[in-house]
Order: sequence, then C-alpha cells, then structure tokens
Amino acid sequence: MSFHYTTPDFIVDRDERRCTQCQICVRQCANEVHRWHERGRKVVHDDRKCVNCHRCVLTCPADALTIRKFPNEYRANANWTDHYIDSIYKQAATGSVLLSGMGTDKPYPIYWDHLLLNASQVTNPSIDPLREPMELKTFLGRKPDALSINDGKLAEALPPQLELDLPIMFGAMSFGAVSLNTMTSLARAAERMGTYFCTGEGGLHRDLYQYGAHTITQVASGRFGVHPEYLEAGAAIEIKIGQGAKPGIGGHLPGEKVGMDVSLTRMIPEGSDAISPAPHHDIYSIEDLRQLIYSLKEATEYRKPVAVKIAAVHNIAAIASGAARAGADIIVIDGFRGGTGAAPLRTRDSVGIPIELALAAVDQRLRDESIRHQVSLVVAGTIRCSSDVVKAIALGADACYIGTAALIALGCHVCQNCYSGKCNWGIATQRPELTERLDPDVGAGLAANLLKAWAHEIKDMLGGMGINALESLRGNRLMLRGIGLSEKELEILGVKHAGE
Amino acid sequence: MLLREGQIRIPSGCAISGIMNRDGEVFSGHDIIRSIALMHDRSNGLGGGFAAYGIYPDYPEHYALHMFFEDDQSREATEVFFNNHFDIEVGGKIPTRKTVKITNAPLIWRYFVLPKENKLVESGLGADEYMARCVMRINSEYPGAFVASSGKNMGAFKGVGYPEEIGEFYKLDTYKGYLWTAHGRFPTNTPGWWGGAHPFTLLDWSIVHNGEISSYDANRRYLEMFGYRCSLQTDTEAITYAFDLLLRKHGLPLHVAVTALAAPFWSALARMDDQQKALVKAVRTVYSSLLINGPFSIILGSRKGFVALNDRLKLRSLVAAEKGAFIYVASEESAIREVCAAPDKVWSVGGGEPVIGLLKGVDQL
Repeated sequence: MSFHYTTPDFIVDRDERRCTQCQICVRQCANEVHRWHERGRKVVHDDRKCVNCHRCVLTCPADALTIRKFPNEYRANANWTDHYIDSIYKQAATGSVLLSGMGTDKPYPIYWDHLLLNASQVTNPSIDPLREPMELKTFLGRKPDALSINDGKLAEALPPQLELDLPIMFGAMSFGAVSLNTMTSLARAAERMGTYFCTGEGGLHRDLYQYGAHTITQVASGRFGVHPEYLEAGAAIEIKIGQGAKPGIGGHLPGEKVGMDVSLTRMIPEGSDAISPAPHHDIYSIEDLRQLIYSLKEATEYRKPVAVKIAAVHNIAAIASGAARAGADIIVIDGFRGGTGAAPLRTRDSVGIPIELALAAVDQRLRDESIRHQVSLVVAGTIRCSSDVVKAIALGADACYIGTAALIALGCHVCQNCYSGKCNWGIATQRPELTERLDPDVGAGLAANLLKAWAHEIKDMLGGMGINALESLRGNRLMLRGIGLSEKELEILGVKHAGE
Repeated sequence: MLLREGQIRIPSGCAISGIMNRDGEVFSGHDIIRSIALMHDRSNGLGGGFAAYGIYPDYPEHYALHMFFEDDQSREATEVFFNNHFDIEVGGKIPTRKTVKITNAPLIWRYFVLPKENKLVESGLGADEYMARCVMRINSEYPGAFVASSGKNMGAFKGVGYPEEIGEFYKLDTYKGYLWTAHGRFPTNTPGWWGGAHPFTLLDWSIVHNGEISSYDANRRYLEMFGYRCSLQTDTEAITYAFDLLLRKHGLPLHVAVTALAAPFWSALARMDDQQKALVKAVRTVYSSLLINGPFSIILGSRKGFVALNDRLKLRSLVAAEKGAFIYVASEESAIREVCAAPDKVWSVGGGEPVIGLLKGVDQL
C-alpha cells in the first residue's frame, strides 16, 4: 500500500456481528470502497475511497454500516485548519486544480436565515388557504409599460410569456452532468406541476422533446447541442453567461461522461472533454449580448421569451440593468452558493456574492431605472425550502430555480463528488448500471411532490400575511424584517430590522 | 415622539359613506354628516373628512388648492412656489367655525389657480400632469405645507376629530355639491396629523378607504417607477395613485382599472368568453403589481361620478342603495337608512364588483 500524507476523510464502520457478508455494499458502491476478500471469505473496505454518500448504509439489509468522520485531528490551529493542510498535500502530490461538486460548503452568511416574515393580526385578517382561493400563478416574460385597449378589447397581444402554476422551476443541469433519467424525472415533474425545467448547456435528448412545452432550452458558450430544432423545441431560451458556483469560467464535462447518448445530444465526439469557453466568444460586451438575444428571437420568430442567466458578481445590478436593456425578457441571477457538477474548489468557495444581496440590489436598481416591471427576475443558488422562496419573492424575485434541492428529492446526498461520474444515486453519472438506479417514474413523483409540498407551505405563509395572490408579495419588502444584521446589510436588502 | 404619516406606515380601520345625485343637482353637506355620524363607533376621533364635488361653480375651471400650513413661515415659503408656478385667481382662509372639540387646527387656506402659461409650455406637460407634479413636490419638499386637495370644482375638508365634528368645523352645511363622500378614521397608531386624515386626493380624484392592504409595498414600489412619490406611506395614497395611473395616464376604461385592482380569481376565468379571458389575463399579467390585496372598501370620487369597490374576497363591509337620481354607498346599511329611510333598492356589494355612479351623459369616470 502506497504512503499518504493525509488520513481518509471518513471511516467505514462495519458491525461484524450484523454483517451477513451478502456483498450488496460491494455491488452498490461505484467508488469501490467495499470489496469481497476471497481468501478471508469476508467483505472488507478501503476508507480512503469513501465519499460518505450513504448508498451502502441505506441499502445494507442488515443495518451493519455506519460512516463517520475520520477522528484524527491535526494540532489545533485556527489558521492552518485540516482543510488547508490536506489541500496542500493533495496539490503537492498532483500539481492539479482542486475540483469539487455542489455549492460551497463554507459557512458564509445565509441571509434567508436572517430574514423573518410578517403575519396578520387583528387589523387585517389572515386568509385561510384551506377555505379561500390562494393564487401562485406567475408569468415570466417581457411586459409592456401599459396595456392598450380598443373597444373593450386588447389592441395588441402581449409578448410571449411563460405561465407558471407555482413560482419554482428546475434550474439548468445539463445532460452529461446528470443522467437522462434525472432529466426525465424533472421534465415529467415540471409538466405535472405546471412549471418548467431548464436543459442546461448539454442540449436536449431526443426522448425529452415531448416535454418541450415545459422546457427552457439553454444556449451556453460551448453551444453544445444547439440547432434550430432544439431552439424551437422549448417554451423559452436561456442564454447562459455565468453560473453562481463558478462565475467567469465555463462548464467542464470530462470525456469519461461523454458516451454515445451524450455525444449525439451535444454533437461532439464520443469520449471527448466538453469544455465550454469561459466567455461566449461572440459576446465581449453588452451590445454583443443584444445581438445574440435578437439572433435567437429572430430564429424563433419572437415566439419565445429569451432569458439571460448571469452569476451574482460584484457589479450585478449594473449588469442586470444592461441585460434588461439589451432585450432580455427574463433575467436569471445565480448566487455564489449555487450548485454545480464540477467547479474548481477555490473559485467555488471564493468568487461571487450571495443571491439575497444580489437580488435586492438588482430589483432596486431596475426600479430606480423604472424598468423592473418590464422584465422578469428569476433567482437561483440556493433555495433550500419554501420559506426561502417566499423571502426571495418578497425581496423582489418573480420566481426561483431549484437545482440541488431537486436532486436531493431524487436521492442525492450532497457528497460533493458529482464530477467523479460515479454517483451511486444514479444522478450525476452516465454509467448505465448506476443511472438505472433512478427510475424516472419514481423520480418524477418525488420531484413533483417536493413542489406540491412547497406550494402548500407557500400558500400557508401567504395567507398568514393576508395575501391571496403571489404577485402581491413580489417586492413587498415590508413583509420582511432582518434579524442580526448590520445597518449596511439592512440597507442593501431594503428591509427594516425586527422590532422596527 | 410619535411619528406621523409620511415618517412611518400607520394602518387604520374606518367608516366610509358616499351620496351622489346623478342628475348633478346639488345638495348641502347636511346628509353626509348625518350618515357618517351614525357610524361614530367605527372611528376613534383621530381623523375625519369629506370630499365634495360641484361646490365651486364660480371657479369651475380653476384648480382649487386646499392647503394646510403649520405656520405662516411655511405658508410664505409655499406661496413663493405658487407664485412661480401658478396664476392665482384668488386666495384666502377657508372659513371655519370655532368648536369645542376641534383643537390644534393648522392654518387652512384655499387658492384658485391655473398653471403659469410659460411654465406649462416649458415643462412640455399637460395641465393635469403639471399640477400633479407640483402637488407631489409641495407635499414632499415643503415642510409644514400639505395639499389637502387640488381638483377642479371640488375640495377635501378633513382633520383630526370625529367626522361630524370636522363637518361642523368646516361649515359643510353651507356648501352645496352633487357628490359627497365621507370618512371616519380608526388609526391604530398616529399622533393625529391633519394631513393624514382622509380623503386623500390628487387632482379630481378623492379616495375614502376602509381597510389595511397587505400588498402595500408591492403597490408602492411599482407606482414609484411611474413617478409617484408615496410620501404619506398610506394605503389610500397608493390606491389613489393606482387609479390615477390606470385611468388618467394609461387612459384605460374604468372596468379595466377595476380588473387590475380587484382582479377576478383565475378560477373565474373558466366562466368567461375568450375575448374577456384574454383581456383579464393580460391585465393580470401586466398590472399584477397593482392588485390590491387584503381587506378594503373604497369610494373613489371624481368630477364625473364615483366608483365604490370592495376587495375581491369581500373582507370589508360595503352596502349600496338607490332612490331616484340618488345613489348611496356606505360601510353600513344603517348609515344609508339614516338619510334615506326607504330606498328603491338596497344591496350588499360583492367582492371585486364595482358600484359605479356616473353623472347623466357621462360614460367613463
């Protein structure tokens, strides 16, 4: 056995009294942690390969397995923590960039947890969603300043709109990064719940064209899988400029994940790395963005709203304003806690700003410029629960994208190893023996249930505030109060402190 | 020190009442005072007021500015602004009656004005828009001065006290109008500021309102994009501006404005024809931020008539009645019966269903 400078991250604890040597764990673990030891006639394991995804623990029929954090610690040092020491050993050994999956795990402030919602008492009645209508319908797309009515009739049709039955969509996760069964699950759930899923930058698999009415097709810098039929297939088009987890760099899909299906869908050779350029090489400035927006509108005869997705970075308010003026019908902002299939660790953990601050700044800036009502604002990265959605709407969003939350609904255990292609839950992988673990019929039910549950909770909170239509919450920051925030944070969020 | 309207948001409950003669025949303020007085317990003495239309037949084309001033200093400062922006036909104190109950009244003045021709041309605005912007500037930039009303051939009379006391104070029995609305206020937290009483007005619009809307900040932040300054932070102010935007600035018919503010539920669309469906859907898409959510009943007055409206869930009381050319609306039926014992027709107004009273020969508000 070769020598390592680091200890394993986790310990696999096998209760030998319970283990029946059935070897299910051996077959379940794509990371090859568990192994049948022929001579010893027993299952053994290699702690070092474990990513703590819980697949073996949960599939073990004898409940014999537990995964624990490796207990050894370095001598206490507030500066040189385990993470930084271990990272240096890894990089010294490989000379490589550190990779990671999912959103940052660092303890940055999560402003959702510092915002509290209002409820009605006495002067204004709360509304009971079990007994009164409670409306979550939302339209995304460009709105005119005013309606023109002639003879009691609409004089001019509205620009194309996405019609959402609830303000939550499934955010961009590309085919290649995730499995076809994952995408099929989300597409079916979106259809069932009256919302949309975004293809991400990997094109649209043939089998998914049937869900086109609930699809947002993405166009990213690599242009993978982009062709006229693809653009026509969806209900809207999203230009991906950036992603919250890795602002400033493009998507990376390792060649191991590019099998026949991914190759066909992305229109790239089998086994080749799919490396998206960091910028769009036809967009070096805002006027170039306008050209791409209108090229896509022309290509689809102005029948589909065009969204522009940007990562939340320091100057986000001005950038969003520019995108709105460049013709974007929907602006998607992805916060720096947002998820990813693969991102350089240092970028993931230190580039960008939180979505709450970005959203508040963008919404206010667009209002200051009197153009907020013309465009729709969708936020992502990260929305963890229904009250995060409610707070986002109150800060000024029209709707939210969820990515990680949707994958968790499908079984993801947030082990942060999506880039390895060995996802034991059959989500972030293309290996047939793994992808078959997620049945899209079951997956669609799980993802739809999540939306259904959140919709119920959103209605409860809305009713409590005396509101029976979601639009009356949009940008209604009086319904929010901050807790434990500085004057500056309150100022940026545009909310008062609790007790005020 | 308690903060007043404009410095803090103060919700309030209330009583409202309105009487109109659709033939345009004028009658004194006597009845409207009796009607609102009957609902004494719905207010708490911290605000009452009236709007009256048709009261200035001698100056029908002048904008009648009803002003509150804290002192002579603020009056003089504001009059400099007036002189720069308006031709003042006549100005002076509004006559009031000394009463025991009404104390702490500000200086209450009235000016009949027209926009200064050269200023108006310079601004490139229509006369109404020019006046509206001047009013908003005075209210937000001239401390101690407040425009109580600014319409033509109409005026708002309001203050701190029970509405019947305010009516007596302003000698409303000596005015004659064809449309009167009244308001008794039950604020939950206010030092009692005269400017904060209802009706709230802008140009010819006046609104009396009962309720506390839960969509306030969504409505306010939308309206501010169209140049409105919600300096009082009250629901009434926001609702007035919403009507002003839709009816005056966007030139939409009244039923479309009502659809925006008290939108039909999506479930109701199933019962509509295709044309109506498309219209309602478009209104709810484009003007979603103007949906007034939470309980309210309002009477929006204008020179051409009024519309009374409930929130779409009907969370506030509102009753209407007709007798001959007269049409009545009030928070309680008793307040109508008090002045019209045997109406031809009385009905409880449905949620989101407007009661529209228009002068003969007029088809839009």
